[in-house]
Parts: sequence; structure tokens; C-alpha cells
Amino acid sequence: MFRIDEIKNSLKKNLQLGNLVPQFLLLFVLFFIVYYFTSNAQTNMAARNISSGFGFLQTNSGFDVQFSLIDYDGSYSFGRAYLVGLLNTLLVSSFGIVFATILGFLVGVARLSNNFLLSKLSQLYVEILRNLPLILQIFFWYFVVLRNLPSTENSFIFLDFLIVNVQGAYFPKFIFTNFNAIFYGLVCALLTIFFAQYYSKKLIYERGKSLPIFKISILCLILFTTIFSLIGNTDLQLQQAELIQNFGIFNYVGGVKLVPEFLALLFALSLYTSTFIAENVRAGILSVGKGQKEASKSLGFNNSQSLKLIIIPQALRVIIPPTTNQYLNLLKNSSLAAGIGYPDLASVFAGTALSQTGKAIEIIFIVMLTYLSISLIISAFLNWYNHKIAFIEK
Amino acid sequence: MKINILKFLGSLALFLAFVTSSVTANAGTKDDVIKKGSLDCGVSQGVPGFSNADASGKWTGIDVDMCRAVAAAVFGDANKVKYQPLSAKDRFEVLKSGQIDMLARNTTWTLSRDAGLALEFVGTNFYDGQGFIVRKAAKIDSAKKLNNVKVCVETGTTTELNLRDYFKANNLKYEAVSFTKADEAVAAYDAGRCDVYTTDKSGLAAQRTKMKNPADHTVLPETISKEPLGPVVRGDDQNWKDIAAWSLYVMIEAEELGVSSKNIDSMKSTDNPNIKRLLGLEGDTGKSLGLTPEWSYNIIKQVGNYGEVYEANVGAKTPIGLARDGSPNQLWTKGGILYAPPVR
Repeated sequence: MFRIDEIKNSLKKNLQLGNLVPQFLLLFVLFFIVYYFTSNAQTNMAARNISSGFGFLQTNSGFDVQFSLIDYDGSYSFGRAYLVGLLNTLLVSSFGIVFATILGFLVGVARLSNNFLLSKLSQLYVEILRNLPLILQIFFWYFVVLRNLPSTENSFIFLDFLIVNVQGAYFPKFIFTNFNAIFYGLVCALLTIFFAQYYSKKLIYERGKSLPIFKISILCLILFTTIFSLIGNTDLQLQQAELIQNFGIFNYVGGVKLVPEFLALLFALSLYTSTFIAENVRAGILSVGKGQKEASKSLGFNNSQSLKLIIIPQALRVIIPPTTNQYLNLLKNSSLAAGIGYPDLASVFAGTALSQTGKAIEIIFIVMLTYLSISLIISAFLNWYNHKIAFIEK
Repeated sequence: MKINILKFLGSLALFLAFVTSSVTANAGTKDDVIKKGSLDCGVSQGVPGFSNADASGKWTGIDVDMCRAVAAAVFGDANKVKYQPLSAKDRFEVLKSGQIDMLARNTTWTLSRDAGLALEFVGTNFYDGQGFIVRKAAKIDSAKKLNNVKVCVETGTTTELNLRDYFKANNLKYEAVSFTKADEAVAAYDAGRCDVYTTDKSGLAAQRTKMKNPADHTVLPETISKEPLGPVVRGDDQNWKDIAAWSLYVMIEAEELGVSSKNIDSMKSTDNPNIKRLLGLEGDTGKSLGLTPEWSYNIIKQVGNYGEVYEANVGAKTPIGLARDGSPNQLWTKGGILYAPPVR
């Protein structure tokens, strides 16, 4: 991201006359190149009677997608198909980012552990997974692991909760009645926690004592939601997927379904990216001077306190910028979904919709713009966060 | 300058290609073929039952027999064929440029191809259509019973669109699991990811032979789209088109009249004027086509009638196993739609 003062400085330097002429020429050449390719595309499309425009977004798509977060089938428009693909991309990317971050942090910290086995295992994990091409890892999860699960009628069933077979994984759907009561309970709990935190801070500043704020929070959450749901008559029902038999074909219907294409992509993306994040975390922690740890120890912090309160906050400033890159990579790598048929943005819209409509230019343009926008939003957010936690230098 | 040289070479190549292709197009294709001594026939890169080479390089299939029939008509020898395996993408360009004399590559006859590509579809040697394959263990005998199923399909095809239309029209629930390549879709179906796989029926039969256990699967009787497959020639040689078309028709006519490669010699003594005309003993069908009077005899003797060709390549007794009764690929007199114009 550019900063205003940086731009000003660079403009000042660049506006000297000697610099102006080559820059103008460069701009002209760039403009000409863009103009040439645009007009070339236009002439050739006109010559081949290819119509252009975005009107197709409103017409019926005619094809179905196996996995969608919103209501969709072939009677909806191509615009809706775009939304289906976009949401699927966002789903796998956001879950991937969360898992990769958690795993990456754990592995990164474990690698610096004094426990020999733990640190060597973490090293092995990082070195193996980051050195194998991602597409191979996706294929491994999809073709080797998930393809060899049992058939529908012989599914693994864990505790009547999770059903796993070659066609996917099924969780029960949570159906609440009188959910409002729990919601109000949550609000009350959060308010209480907020005040407890405020009070605990005050306590530390005034008397140097701290409250067990984490335990208090958990207690509040459990207590308030239980009391409120009892008062408000809340009922929770688990709607498990049902095995339906149609002649000799068995299928689970209902519940929450995760298709194997999604799972394979999620596993591969999370594990692969977590190795890079682990290395960032390790680098970040190592960048914090040894004296900091020693100082925190001499002040009486225990290991976890020193990590949580002294080391990590300082390490974050080193960890965040390269980790932003990893988040962006994960998002972009999610387009490898096409290799196994997960209906993400690239495969639904730039794949199926493109070959059904032939609107290559419009569709590729929309898809590129979409990936670019999501990437820029992620990087803007992380830059803002990094800026916020940066040292305030005087 | 480099760019200019490249451009020049490019346009030169284009010009040469244009000139040579128009040269071949202007001469009679039949005379060219006779001069070359063999028929160059474009076939698939391996679709069992249609055009497929075995380990020794011998081509067999219903499309291959179409090539052999034309060679028998022109040379009196069905073996004077050179096969050129072509991809779906290249097939029309290769035909248009004159590198092959005819194309027999399970090609669907559509308006845009017939009228838009300056090509001529000479007829239909196999009426195909989209169908479904399921595991025998599913105990399903009709596509109408496919409800709550997962269907593996190749994405970006008309197959995908036909699939939706069919399930919608019959008010059946399904999930389409789409893959970019046919091979991936088949593998997914074979691994149990889907309950059903759909593509053209000839494709289903061919893909089935590649599955882990072909005998465990069965093709459902319903056909949900029209895919007439037939030989194609260039659009600028009427005589050549007629030769190809009538080579196909005499095979159909021979079956209708009960003439086969086995009984053809005894049929020569028949009194039936239709059979006499078919065998070139009466009339001058060969002369009209610019061929010898024995042209049709050679086709039937060396290649067989349509029924023989069908049963030998895709019939119920072959690994492809497409039953003929009840399908459109049966004579019109037996409930199918194979119908040859009168050979007279």
C-alpha cells in the first residue's frame, strides 16, 4: 500500500524536467499497447460475429453446480452462478486462512521448543509439506485419501454425529427453537465480560493485581446462556442426514454436507500454507532480542506469560507482513480447485460459464477483477492491523 | 525487422496452404484417390467400436468399416485405406485442407457444422444420443427411476445442459458433479463418487470397457438427446459425396433385402429385381457414380451389410454391447430409423 507522504516525495523527485520526457514516453507506449490490444480484440470479434457485452449475466445458466451456499440451479442466471463461485472461493479461502494460521502458529512455536522430538517433528512437517507442489498435495488428499473412503451404505459413522463416505462428510444441522433467548444470554455475557476486563485493567494499574479473566469469561458464557435458554424455553434439535434408498442406490439427504472436493482443497491449502506461516512465526520470535525473554523472566513472568505478553506482541510486527503474502497466496491458490472439480470462482465462472457462453473476454475480466479486489481488501486490512500494532516511534 | 520477416513467412505459409488446398479441392477427389492408390480416412484416436487400433495396428470399428466400404467401392479392395487418427479439435481443418479424403470419426451432424464449415455430411451411420450408465448393484433399469442421485459429467458440454433438462422435465432430484475432463468424470464415477455417469451412449459403452470391472455397470435404455454420427466430406465435390453416401446406403439396403457377405454369391442367381439392381446385375448404378458395376457387390462382399457391421463392432455380443433392437439403429422395417433411398 502506498502512503501519501511517500507518493509526494517520489512525485517531487520525478517531476524534474530531465525525468519527465522518458516518463511521458513510457506512458505513451503503455497507452498504445493497451489501445492496440483493445482495438484488435474489437475488430476480430466483430469479424467473427462475436457479440460482446454483459447482458449474458441475466440469462439462464442452464447448468447445475454440486455445492453452493445459496439457492442455485440452472434456472438461475449466470450472474447468480458467479455469486455461487465467489462464495465457494471465499468459503474455502477463509476456512483455509483460519486453519493455516492456527496450525502455522502452533508449528512455528513448536519448532522453537526445547523438546527435541517436538521441534524435530515440526521441522519435518515444514520441510516435507512446503517442498511438495500444492497441486500434488490436492491430488493426494482427493485421489488417495478421500477417494478410498467407504461407499455410502458402508459409511463411517462417528458417535451418530459425523458421517463420512466417498461422497462427502455430513454433520447434523442445528435447529434451534426460541433461539432469541440464547442470543440475549450471549449479549449479557459479553457485556459482563467487557466490564470484567475493564475492572481487571483498572485493578492492575491501581493495585497490581490481575483477575483470572479467561476463566471468568468462560464461566459467564456458560452461565448466562444456560440460564437464559432455560427461562426462554430454548430447544435444540440435531437434524442428522438421512440415508435414503432408491432401489440399490443409497444417498444421504439433509444435514450439513461437505463434499470431498472441498475437503481435499481445504486440507491441502491449510497444510501447505501453514508451513510458510510457521516459518514466519519462527522468524518473528527469533527476531525478538534474547534480552526480552531474560528480562521477562527476571520480572517473574512464567514461560507462557512471557510468550503471550512480551515475545508475541513484538514478534507480530515481523510476522504480519510476510503472512499477508501467504494469505493472498492461499486465496489465489484456491483456484487450483479446477483440478479436482470443486466449484470455485475460477472453475464455475471462468470454466463452465465461459465455455457455455463463449464470452471469454468479459468473463476473464470479471474474474481477474474479483480476485484483485479480494486480494487488495485482505492486504489493506492487514496493513491497517500492522500499522495499528506497530511501535509508536518518537 | 524480425517481426516483419516472421509476418512475411507466416503469410507465405498461409498463401501456400490456401493454394495447395484449393488445388486438391478442384480436382476430382475420386481420381486423386485412385492415383494415390489408397483412401486417406480420418478416424478417432481410439473409440472402441467406432475406430480403434489393436496392438498390431489393425483398425476396426463401425467408422473404420465406412472407410473400408468407400475403398471397396473405388478400388474393389476394402483394405486400401490409410487411417489418420485425429483429435476432435483438428478433424475439420485436416479434412478441409485436403490431407484426408473423408472423415469417419463419430462426428455429430449439426446445422452449424454442415452449413458453416463448407463440409458435407453424407448420412448417418450411427444414431447416438446421450445416455446414463449405473452400477448393476443399483438395480435400476430406467433413467426415470434416477432420483436423489449424484451424476458425474464433463463440464462445459452440451451433455451438462441436456442432463439438467432431462432431470427437470422428469421432476427428479440430482446433483451434478462436474469435471473438466471426461477421464476425471469416469474415474470419479468408477470410484463411487457418483451413482451415475452421463455422456453419449457410444462414449458410455467405450468408457465402460476402461472401467475397473466393466461387467458391474449397465447402460440405461433412455436416450435424452439426438447425436446423429456420420461420415463427412468436403462440400465442393458432388460426385465424391455421392460415392460416400451410396456406399453407406447399399449396406443398409443390402440388409433390408437380406443380402449379406455370406450369402451374396448365392443371391446372384435370384429373380428379385431389387437385389439384381443392388448387386449391379441390372441397371447402371456404377456408371452414374463413375465406378465399376461391381462397386456395390464389393462393398457387401468385403465389408458386409449394415447389420453385420453393427453386430461385429458395437452389437450385443461385442464388449461394447449396444443392443440394436429398440434403438434407432435398426432398419425402418423393424422399428428403427435406418432407411436407404431406392438403389436404382
